[in-house]
Amino acid sequence: MMLILLAWKSLRSRALTTTLTIFSIALSVTLLTGVDRLRYAAQEGFAGTLSHTDLIVGARGGDLPLLLSTVFHLGNASNEISSDTYQYFAHHPAVAWTIPISMGDSHRGYRVVATDENFYRYYQYRSNHHLGFAQGREPSSLFEIALGAQVASSLNYHLGQQITLAHGIEEHSILNHTNVPFTVVGILAPTATPVDRALYMTLLGDEAMHYGWEDGTPPAIGESLPKLDPRKLKVTAITSFLLGTKSRISTLSLQREINSYKPEPLTAIIPAFTLQELWSILDYADQGLSIVSIAVLVTGLLSMLIALYTSLNERRKEIAVLRVVGLRMRQIILLILTEAMLIAIAGTVFGIAATYILLFLMRNIIESRLGLPISLVGLSVRVEIYALATVLGAVILGGVPAWRAYRNSLADGLNSGS
Amino acid sequence: MSYSPMSNNVMPAILLKDVSFYYRQGEPVLKIDSLEISSGRSVFLHGPSGSGKTTLLSLISGVLVPQGGEVRVLGQDLRKLSASARDTMRGRDIGYIFQSFNLIPYLSVGENIMLSCMLHEERGRRIRAATLSEEAHRIADRLGIRSKLNTSVRQLSMGQQQRVAIARAIIGSPPLVIADEPTSSLDHERRDDFLSLLTEMVAETQSTLLFVSHDLTLVRHFQESLSLPSINRCVQEEKA
Ligand SMILES: Nc1ncnc2c1ncn2[C@@H]1O[C@H](COP(=O)(O)OP(=O)(O)OP(=O)(O)O)[C@@H](O)[C@H]1O
Ligand SMILES: [Mg+2]
Repeated sequence: MMLILLAWKSLRSRALTTTLTIFSIALSVTLLTGVDRLRYAAQEGFAGTLSHTDLIVGARGGDLPLLLSTVFHLGNASNEISSDTYQYFAHHPAVAWTIPISMGDSHRGYRVVATDENFYRYYQYRSNHHLGFAQGREPSSLFEIALGAQVASSLNYHLGQQITLAHGIEEHSILNHTNVPFTVVGILAPTATPVDRALYMTLLGDEAMHYGWEDGTPPAIGESLPKLDPRKLKVTAITSFLLGTKSRISTLSLQREINSYKPEPLTAIIPAFTLQELWSILDYADQGLSIVSIAVLVTGLLSMLIALYTSLNERRKEIAVLRVVGLRMRQIILLILTEAMLIAIAGTVFGIAATYILLFLMRNIIESRLGLPISLVGLSVRVEIYALATVLGAVILGGVPAWRAYRNSLADGLNSGS
Repeated sequence: MSYSPMSNNVMPAILLKDVSFYYRQGEPVLKIDSLEISSGRSVFLHGPSGSGKTTLLSLISGVLVPQGGEVRVLGQDLRKLSASARDTMRGRDIGYIFQSFNLIPYLSVGENIMLSCMLHEERGRRIRAATLSEEAHRIADRLGIRSKLNTSVRQLSMGQQQRVAIARAIIGSPPLVIADEPTSSLDHERRDDFLSLLTEMVAETQSTLLFVSHDLTLVRHFQESLSLPSINRCVQEEKA
């Protein structure tokens, strides 16, 4: 107790060095825990891109391309699935719901997703969040369209606006469906997932837009376009579909059944699993960042070591005085270690506090701009381990000046006192 | 000069026998056949600079341990005590005054005075006043530094600092008070004031006082005088 008091007063008397040392450790800890928390948020956000979907089904192809095209709207699916196949699995006894997805068009660089009402009902992200509308309603008739939150905000679109779509995904597509304008009827609430970066229309709308096309090419110029007859429109193929089972236990057997479905070659993936796989690829960058912040922490601790070590010379006499009032060698060592520990504890507390204050203050910006769900981030075991490691590291490094003080005192006898 | 515990009732405060000490092997600093200081005496130990005075005091206070011989302080054979037992004995039973740097800079004057009593319960029990802080006040009063008790030691003059050092050394009436050239940082007038205060306070606590200096003019304040070069064979060998 006496030692903690002595250590505290000694540190206070060297206020400037102490403050700077604490600051440098706090900075390191902030960086370390901040990176860790953001990384955790990124991972959580990433894993939560899609939830409660048991399988994603597409034409036979790779797992990652299917995930990337269906969930992240990146790249193109290799092939289509026939409507019959979709219907077969939609009514499969083990299946609770399905969300059909058809892609192929875009609007100013944003993908257009054709789907049906199941999308608004069953699509879930970040464990149990459903999609909702910030304004308007879901598209229900042929030429209605809903916008993802980011599409609406960055293009500054509003309800009732007429827009045209481009064929393909290039931003400046030469093929524009100018003859079929769509009306914006809804704007989705922000989700901080790829859902925000796409437009949504009905499956039949997709067909209507390509009405009169043959084999993916529009009618030639001059060729008369047949009059659109909504009754003749029929969905013949989709790109992929999401699927929820009635009972999770049946997921694996259903996956096997889909993968070996005879009439058409299909691939079914478990999204949670493939997301994990994708994350492990992306994780390298974050690990690099973690290594850098650990290096910064070590630098912070070294600055403490230097501060304590250089103070020892001017403290030789002080230590001689402490020796004659009966402080044991062990207590002198403990005194220096306690000082190191106090500095580290203060630095860690301030550092972690700063991390959370910063995350709290910037949570809106981080959530909307980076799409990282900061609200999920709490004090975790990882942060506690970092805190412990910092204090422990400080005490271990404090052993160096403590040992030096011990050697000095032994060598000096009482001569440093006079 | 020889010491036999059975025949002598008065236990010597300090007793050295065949002590030899070196900091670095082959460069002996002290070789003392015999040195005895009786309890309750005030003794002046003198010798030129570098003659080993501080080294001898380090041995007596158990900070250093001789390579050979016997050091008995207050009846305890220091060789038989563990390092931490020596530390405890020093804090509990010895008051020590350095030449100039005596006070912990980050503690107040009062805290400096009370430190050894706070660290050693038994020493705290030997105070005269009812509480430790009353005792600190009483002693500070006697030494004329009462108004300084709560100030930082950095704000004291050298003379004031050395008086605080006396207070710290004699609080809790340690049986042995050691002073290592405590006056060399003071001018002549302050030197005499300091010495009369010190001898007065030590007389009150009935402590043995071992006072070390190279300044022979101070000898008149003490009951006994010892010359270190005359008992240190290292010096004699060098001269020979
Ligand atoms: N810590 C040390 N390490 C090595 N040698 C030392 C140490 N302290 C003192 N010495 C040497 O031991 C000898 C005696 O030193 P000591 O300090 O005991 O002398 P002193 O009589 O107290 O001198 P002064 O009057 O100047 O204080 C000197 O030669 C000194 O150089
Ligand atoms: Mg000396």
